[in-house]
Amino acid sequence: MNTQTFFAIMQRDFKVLLKEFDEFVIRVAVQPTLFVLVFGLVLPKIGEIPQGYINLIAPGILGMSMLTAGVFSTAIPLAWDFGATREIEDRLFAPISVRAVLLEKIVMGMIQAWLAGGIVFPIIYLFTRQNLNIQVQSYFFLLLILFLTGIISALFGMVLGTTFEPIKFSLMFSFIVIPMIFLGAAYYSWDSLKAIPWLKWVTLVNPLLYVNEGFRAILTPQISHIRLEYSLIGLIVSSIVFTIMAIKGFERRVYN
Amino acid sequence: MNENILEVVNLRKIYNHRNDSVVALDDVSFKVKRGEIFGLLGPNGAGKTTTIGVLTTKTIPSGGKAFLGGIEVAKNPLEIKKRIAIVPQNYNLDRGLSVRDNLIFHAKYFGVSKEEREQRADYLLEEMDLYGRRNDQVLNFSDGMKRRLMIARALMHDPEIIFLDEATIGLDPEARLLIWRKIKELNNKGVTVFLTTHYMEEADRLCDHVAIMDKGKILVLDSPDQLKSMLPDGNIIELRLENINDEFLSSLEGIKGIKKIETGIDVIKLFTDGKDNIVQEVFGLVFKFKLPVLAIQHYSPTLEDLFIYLTGKGLHSGD
Repeated sequence: MNTQTFFAIMQRDFKVLLKEFDEFVIRVAVQPTLFVLVFGLVLPKIGEIPQGYINLIAPGILGMSMLTAGVFSTAIPLAWDFGATREIEDRLFAPISVRAVLLEKIVMGMIQAWLAGGIVFPIIYLFTRQNLNIQVQSYFFLLLILFLTGIISALFGMVLGTTFEPIKFSLMFSFIVIPMIFLGAAYYSWDSLKAIPWLKWVTLVNPLLYVNEGFRAILTPQISHIRLEYSLIGLIVSSIVFTIMAIKGFERRVYN
Repeated sequence: MNENILEVVNLRKIYNHRNDSVVALDDVSFKVKRGEIFGLLGPNGAGKTTTIGVLTTKTIPSGGKAFLGGIEVAKNPLEIKKRIAIVPQNYNLDRGLSVRDNLIFHAKYFGVSKEEREQRADYLLEEMDLYGRRNDQVLNFSDGMKRRLMIARALMHDPEIIFLDEATIGLDPEARLLIWRKIKELNNKGVTVFLTTHYMEEADRLCDHVAIMDKGKILVLDSPDQLKSMLPDGNIIELRLENINDEFLSSLEGIKGIKKIETGIDVIKLFTDGKDNIVQEVFGLVFKFKLPVLAIQHYSPTLEDLFIYLTGKGLHSGD
């Protein structure tokens, strides 16, 4: 691979990201902040939910924030590039393989997912530190989950961005991203779904489930969670499936 | 060095859709000499953009081969991309970057050294009359400025050949003339230019060689002058009428010296043998039928006339 071109394209993406970094922070931080405010501070204070509820949802808030940041970092620019502006052509016509351009997009999506995690975690901690009980089980596995979450987010965004036209995005968001978030075991643990067995099994197709349950296993092991090995398998299988779909989608839109 | 920079051999491209397949390129072969301006002339949908797509690695051919500088395009896209530059039909400038950064980053992608890319960017901005706007956002540019910036960007990595797909489409006449001048200038500096157009005047004025294309096939290929001489000797009389009367048409057929008649909705083109008396006879018929004539022209043939002569339809018929 032509690394010089690869890093030049990355430099371009960083430049564009930094230029709008304040917007990025707002996009990433507002929703989780409100979430933490309501579920970690307001509702426990007025006695609607127990004080420790934040421990149940903290891994989920982290997981879905990372996922949405990663998904949108690749999905939106790609949908516009392929559906309307074709701005990416300048990079596709650069002396680098099409798959290397795709890889660069994934790396940038991962970085943005991690940045989102880095912004959101301190927010959770800041608002709820009296009740928050985080016990990191293994830094190695934490990093592994962070890595896989980044990859899955970027790849999934790529699949969406190469499938949907920009004008269909709000529809896609309502039909795909919102259900993923709500049924991704962010607000409850998967194990507690034994009350509704069919939902328990259906939601296993949701990759966000493995992200959230994986974080739960590493960060708040006192809450019931899917065994870490199974979450890892879920994450790896999702990565493989999304890799194949992303490559297919991307190449289909590049070549015609 | 090989005299031909491009060699296209029996190129085919078939697009398979759900129910049918469309033949976009049907056995296309041609050669482009190093240093010339080569034009592909044809109506919308003739296969011009598909041809450029194949030559620039973007479109994978269904059959045949294309060689650029002796390298087969489909086999070594990376090497090809280093040698070519593309100015596509749509405006694909990077709106996340400033005007000057569009050039700088393009050069970075191609590994041009810092000193060289800074120098070249300023030089090309100056050349394209954009230096004063170098720190602007691309978003606020007019179409003519965007086109010039795209040409500047294409030249940043010093390509051997530049592909311009409908470079002046949608531009006002002044902006078009400026683009023509810039194309001529860069060609004078040794860059081979491959352009597509459906403006016959553009092909006529700029190109050393023109291939006329229709429905995925190349009909003829030669210099503009040679092409025009392919028309039967003589001139063309063009009549614009409010409506065309069949009786009048059959009377025209009776005039000696008219070799071919092409009709449109409100226009009749007569390919004549060039004798002066024909104009008078046509006038005579117009008066006889008391036809409301909007305009009459008597002129030497253009490339558009050749296209009509070859295909029986106008270049803009698809517009």
